[in-house]
Amino acid sequence: MNLHEYQGKELFAKFGLPVSTNRVITSADDAVNACRDIGGKKWVIKAQVHAGGRGKAGGVKLITTPDEAVEFSNHWLGRRLVTYQTDAQGQLVNSILIEECTDIDQELYLSAVIDRGSQRIVFIGSSEGGVNIEEVAENTPEKIIYEPIDPLTGPMPFQARKISKILGLNLEQSKQFSKMLPQLTDLFITHDLNLLEINPLVITQGGKLHCLDAKIAIDSNAVYRQPEIQVMHDPSQEDPQESEAAMHDLSYVSLDGNIGCMVNGAGLAMGTMDTIKYFGGAPANFLDVGGTATQDRVSKAFKIILADPEVKVVLVNIFGGIVRCDLIAEGILAAIKEVGVSIPVVVRLEGNNADLGSKILAESNAEIVSLNNLEDAAKKAVELSK
Amino acid sequence: MSILVNKDTRLLVQGFTGSQATLHSEQSIEYGTNIVGGVTPGKGGQTHLGAPVFNSVHDAMESVQPNASIIFVPAPFCKDSILEAADAGIKLIICITEGVPTLDMLIVKKRIDELGIQLIGPNCPGVITPGEAKLGIMPGSIHLPGSVGIISRSGTLTYEAVKQTTDLGLGQSTCVGIGGDPIPGTSFIDVLKLFEADDQTTAIVMVGEIGGTAEEEAAEYIRDHVTKPVISYIAGQTAPAGKRMGHAGAIIAGGKGTAADKIKKLQECGVHIAENLLQIGSKVKEVLG
Repeated sequence: MNLHEYQGKELFAKFGLPVSTNRVITSADDAVNACRDIGGKKWVIKAQVHAGGRGKAGGVKLITTPDEAVEFSNHWLGRRLVTYQTDAQGQLVNSILIEECTDIDQELYLSAVIDRGSQRIVFIGSSEGGVNIEEVAENTPEKIIYEPIDPLTGPMPFQARKISKILGLNLEQSKQFSKMLPQLTDLFITHDLNLLEINPLVITQGGKLHCLDAKIAIDSNAVYRQPEIQVMHDPSQEDPQESEAAMHDLSYVSLDGNIGCMVNGAGLAMGTMDTIKYFGGAPANFLDVGGTATQDRVSKAFKIILADPEVKVVLVNIFGGIVRCDLIAEGILAAIKEVGVSIPVVVRLEGNNADLGSKILAESNAEIVSLNNLEDAAKKAVELSK
Repeated sequence: MSILVNKDTRLLVQGFTGSQATLHSEQSIEYGTNIVGGVTPGKGGQTHLGAPVFNSVHDAMESVQPNASIIFVPAPFCKDSILEAADAGIKLIICITEGVPTLDMLIVKKRIDELGIQLIGPNCPGVITPGEAKLGIMPGSIHLPGSVGIISRSGTLTYEAVKQTTDLGLGQSTCVGIGGDPIPGTSFIDVLKLFEADDQTTAIVMVGEIGGTAEEEAAEYIRDHVTKPVISYIAGQTAPAGKRMGHAGAIIAGGKGTAADKIKKLQECGVHIAENLLQIGSKVKEVLG
């Protein structure tokens, strides 16, 4: 689960990290007051969406009058911002962050992730901030440090000094960073993050470290124990079908093709998408209906798949396993009737009682093609999608 | 021979009286697995599926001496259950539960490594040695005792590989689902090591997927240490970047972890690639000649 920049900065402030004085508005009417509350004569105004690349897309602006804040808010609120990280529709802007302007001397990069290799929280720092860190890693790897945190000791002062050296900090800044590193680690652990990125972390003209951006993602598996984070969830930033699926505990990812896929198990779901592509078709989605594939879940899955107007055919691929295929077949039939599916459905059932399941499907009146091997089923779905 | 589990395995089920544990334990018993007891705190002294229920793993240890444990408790309690089994001295722990917080696993993994414990999972189908013991949620009927060792990050995709090797009459020595989480208790390499040393295994199927670099690390290990033929299929060739494909670990992040990268690395290290999941079985047959 991702947070908005302003929510990330709220957390930063709570853990004692340096962020700019700011206000969040959801209506242009509040823009003037927000600027006055913050004070000063220069502000940075930023559209809040779950995507990077906002600056280049016109979603971030330096302003010198409150009127410009009103103008910016009128323009962006309710509109969709398209950046290189979003799809062609972009992300809905429903809140705007106004901040005191920071005079920047240098831009640095700092992030923390859970590294699978070392199985630790790892801090990544670089003297090259404000740019794409993957490019820095590729072209000038010597400018990046990866510092793993031992869960037993937590972050040690010497580690802060190691990172400071790569960031190019002076003694005062290094001392400031030695305070920030435990605060960041504390935030990461307390709120079950799997990503924390400050790009850029800046050195101000006053010589202090300052967090100019905040990108935070929370481990989906741990959201249940983060009540403070749960209320920050913004469903408007997600694909509506994906949010609907998540509410029903189904994993769904929308794709560009026209063959709807319903599969039990994440790995097999990916394998099924690959198989469709292999035979020249294009999957419309990834959907894991779960190990049990009951009528209720299958119905919901059909509704989600069919909400995509591009879908011309649905391929259902179920490896029965423990659950009997005849029960799954009955569930599929009932779901098709309940939802009123009007496009062709190709079903492949495998596993326990697969023959009986196929027989039930074949004898029904529904427009179903039942095939018991995946190759034939995928080929058939591709043929029907053309 | 086989790896990890066999007919001498004495299994303890943690979260024994829950509905999922009950369903799968019944199936395991039917398959011939020796379930010596279960744990549900507060229900000690009862009998469930013909086996004694204990309040703690330590109580079970004293009475019935299990040498493996399988965990079905809800995700918020898995950290405690795994560490309890570890503290009681169980050396093989299989955690089926999906959705364990990553930071919990970070701590658990460090601890079990210190204690030299083999943890399989979480978020996995378990381990089966066909014809001997089934410690997991896989359908027993599709398996056949045989010579192919199977390792996989995915459940149903493993069944697909199993079915294909069964249909071709090759069968399996042992099948290990290591799970789809970012921090698994056991890696591909840990299992490759065991299969390499196992007499019964003549070929190894490794089913991987997008996300992380576990397959790339395994590829280097295979090049340097595995003499048996390895056949691999990587799921997620059509997955978009930045989206979590069901499994918490299945995400292409920052251009890393793509299927194409993994396949390239595996090929460079001498691993045979099944281009499509339909070809896993036939590829094994072809390699074994």
